[in-house]
Amino acid sequence: MSVRRFLAVGTAQRWLTAAALLLALAMIVGLVTVVVRVAAGFFWPHPLVELVLADGTRLLGEESGRDVDPAVAGATRVRIKVGNRELSGADFVWVREVEVKERSEPRDAWLLERREYGTFYGTPRRLEGPRSAVDATAPGFAAALAKAIDEAAGRFDEERALLARADRLHAPVARLQARFNAATVAGRDTTALKAELDAARAREQEALAPLLERLAGLRAALAEGALVIATAGGEEKAIPVSGIVRAVAPNGLSTPAKLAVYLARWWEFLAGAPRESNTEGGIFPAIFGTALMVLLMTVAVVPLGVVTAVYLNEYARDNAFTAAVRLALANLAGVPSIVFGAFGLAFFVYTVGGGIDRLFFADTLPTPTFGTGGILWASLTLALLTVPVVVVATEEGLQSVPQAVRDGARALGATRWQTLRRVVLPYAAPGILTGAILAVARGAGEVAPLMLTGVVKLAPSLALDGTAPFLHLDRKFMHLGFHIYDVGFQSPNVEAAKPMVYATVLVLLVLVVLLNVTAIVLRTRLRRRLKRAVV
Amino acid sequence: MSAPRPALEAVNLVAGFAGQEVLRGIDLAVPARRITALIGPSGCGKSTLLRCFNRMNDHLAGFFRRGRLNASGRDVYDPAWSLEELRFTVGMVFQKPNPFPMSIRDNVLFGPSLAGVHDRAALDTTLESSLRHANLWDEVKDRLDASALDMSGGQQQRLCIARALASSPDILLLDEPASALDPIATVRLEETVRELADVVTVLLVTHNLQQAARVAHRTAFLYLGELIEEGETTAMFATPRERLTEEYITGRFG
Repeated sequence: MSVRRFLAVGTAQRWLTAAALLLALAMIVGLVTVVVRVAAGFFWPHPLVELVLADGTRLLGEESGRDVDPAVAGATRVRIKVGNRELSGADFVWVREVEVKERSEPRDAWLLERREYGTFYGTPRRLEGPRSAVDATAPGFAAALAKAIDEAAGRFDEERALLARADRLHAPVARLQARFNAATVAGRDTTALKAELDAARAREQEALAPLLERLAGLRAALAEGALVIATAGGEEKAIPVSGIVRAVAPNGLSTPAKLAVYLARWWEFLAGAPRESNTEGGIFPAIFGTALMVLLMTVAVVPLGVVTAVYLNEYARDNAFTAAVRLALANLAGVPSIVFGAFGLAFFVYTVGGGIDRLFFADTLPTPTFGTGGILWASLTLALLTVPVVVVATEEGLQSVPQAVRDGARALGATRWQTLRRVVLPYAAPGILTGAILAVARGAGEVAPLMLTGVVKLAPSLALDGTAPFLHLDRKFMHLGFHIYDVGFQSPNVEAAKPMVYATVLVLLVLVVLLNVTAIVLRTRLRRRLKRAVV
Repeated sequence: MSAPRPALEAVNLVAGFAGQEVLRGIDLAVPARRITALIGPSGCGKSTLLRCFNRMNDHLAGFFRRGRLNASGRDVYDPAWSLEELRFTVGMVFQKPNPFPMSIRDNVLFGPSLAGVHDRAALDTTLESSLRHANLWDEVKDRLDASALDMSGGQQQRLCIARALASSPDILLLDEPASALDPIATVRLEETVRELADVVTVLLVTHNLQQAARVAHRTAFLYLGELIEEGETTAMFATPRERLTEEYITGRFG
């Protein structure tokens, strides 16, 4: 067969295209596999190993990696997560496998997840209560420890609720204080304000007194109780019970008990608040912030994009101007997102937000209310970023409406607007939905513009809560994408936080997939109904 | 006593697109409460003529026309007669069934709702009578809220007739209404059209001579934009006056 004939038949081309598909698939599958493997395995209670090294050192921890020893040819080394950060200074140690003299999985080894300083590995000696102590070898030890941790958790919840109430009590004073400060700076007469402020302070103190008393009691109770635990090296340390989030002895656990720990850890991750500068605990505020931001963005972008596309496609003539608008929209989709962020900061935050502050919140200036990054400005910036997607998809949807159906409505005496509103838009709904899907998928994964317009590492409160006006559009928020960047690259202990990054990526992926699947199912249903119309 | 006023009338009508004449001086009077078929080979201008009467051509680029067009004795270009009101009087059904993506009920009541009718009892009466005239009532009376897009092609086309009738027009323009239907659906549609003469004046474009013979009281033959012959269907098919008509009817061209 000649080369010409070979190329004409196209067997090679077929294989090349198939190879390209395979390459794309391999990359996607590889990415998802790595993320799922690391993230899914992270929360499982892995066995604790105790190693005795050649020099007599004893180590207790979890094996967390293995690779080729760079110093000795053919040998491997193991990475052990040994925790106990405040004692050893490092979370991980590398151990050459040739140096390991003894390896065991002691059943009395526990790991403690703590509110501070990360994980602690050790062998408990006794649980010291306010009045009595339970020895670690006693039969009721595990139950007593679990109960003590539970009680402490309950006290923490109550403390948090009390602090939130105290915050609400302080709000009127804070407002008056800001007005007082502003008046002082401006050189206005402050006597009346001062009296008002003092009265508010007195009221706050009065209301606060019983609260503070209860708080002091709680804190005293929280200071009670400690777990005395020995490290692998034999050093004893008393850890306050209130500092422990969860205590697990994984080596003695049955599979169902391990599964319970696994699920409890996932739940804490999904529904809990972050600890230790986001490297531990949960990501709920980030999930919530992402979802709310995407929702606000959708509410802003879909009407804007649809209206634009309707004008372009239904009313505007095809001329140089509409061609220029379409070209500009296509180019807008290619502008780097950080540029949108800069625009959002300059226009929404400083110009619009600053204007709102001068008009409605003048008495608290120079403290900004809307004149600083917030969830509203971030959502609007992303809406601007995704508007081309919605316009293009909606235009395609409008163009797919059969002329016969438009004529049918006109022939029945419908005006142009009635035809559009009652027949064309319902027909174009799948296209509009496609635009919304694409916008949501793009918006959910965008980080750079948010960093300039309202995302923060740690938001003190959610943008939606029980205090009026319930939806606080001026608040800063947390976001999964930014969380990944922050925990993965900006945290003090990147190695220990790495699995958290993978787990967060998994959550973000699942969130985007869920959003897409919902919208695609909706669109397929609409399409199936419309397809039957064309005989 | 003069002859009864024609329902549709074209007087010296010249029309076309972008300077190209499609109709070259048509004079046609369509009698009320009869079925008149427009026949002729492809491109002879029969659809263009039909669409002149409800001004559907006005939406197409480059359309022009000279001469008078009357519907129910009134000039269709009368500035006091809005396009929308004209179309309440002159209804139309297209080649392909074009139901809207909504329920059967909402499809039929589309016209009345545009006219601002909101009285439920009146709407229900309109719904039933329109569907009965379109021979569709017995098939759909139990699923009026089902999507119109789930119906068969023949049902959809009869739904389009019911939809046009719901605005109680004087005149109904049918543009090759059976061309997208299978033979059985075509038979049912023709039955429906025959009975329509009780309520409206029908102007039917068809490329199917047998259909014209079966359905129409009167037939008009168009050729290259000119009206060659017009008269009672039976007379015209039996003894055509013009040689062109005879050649077309006997299938020598077209």
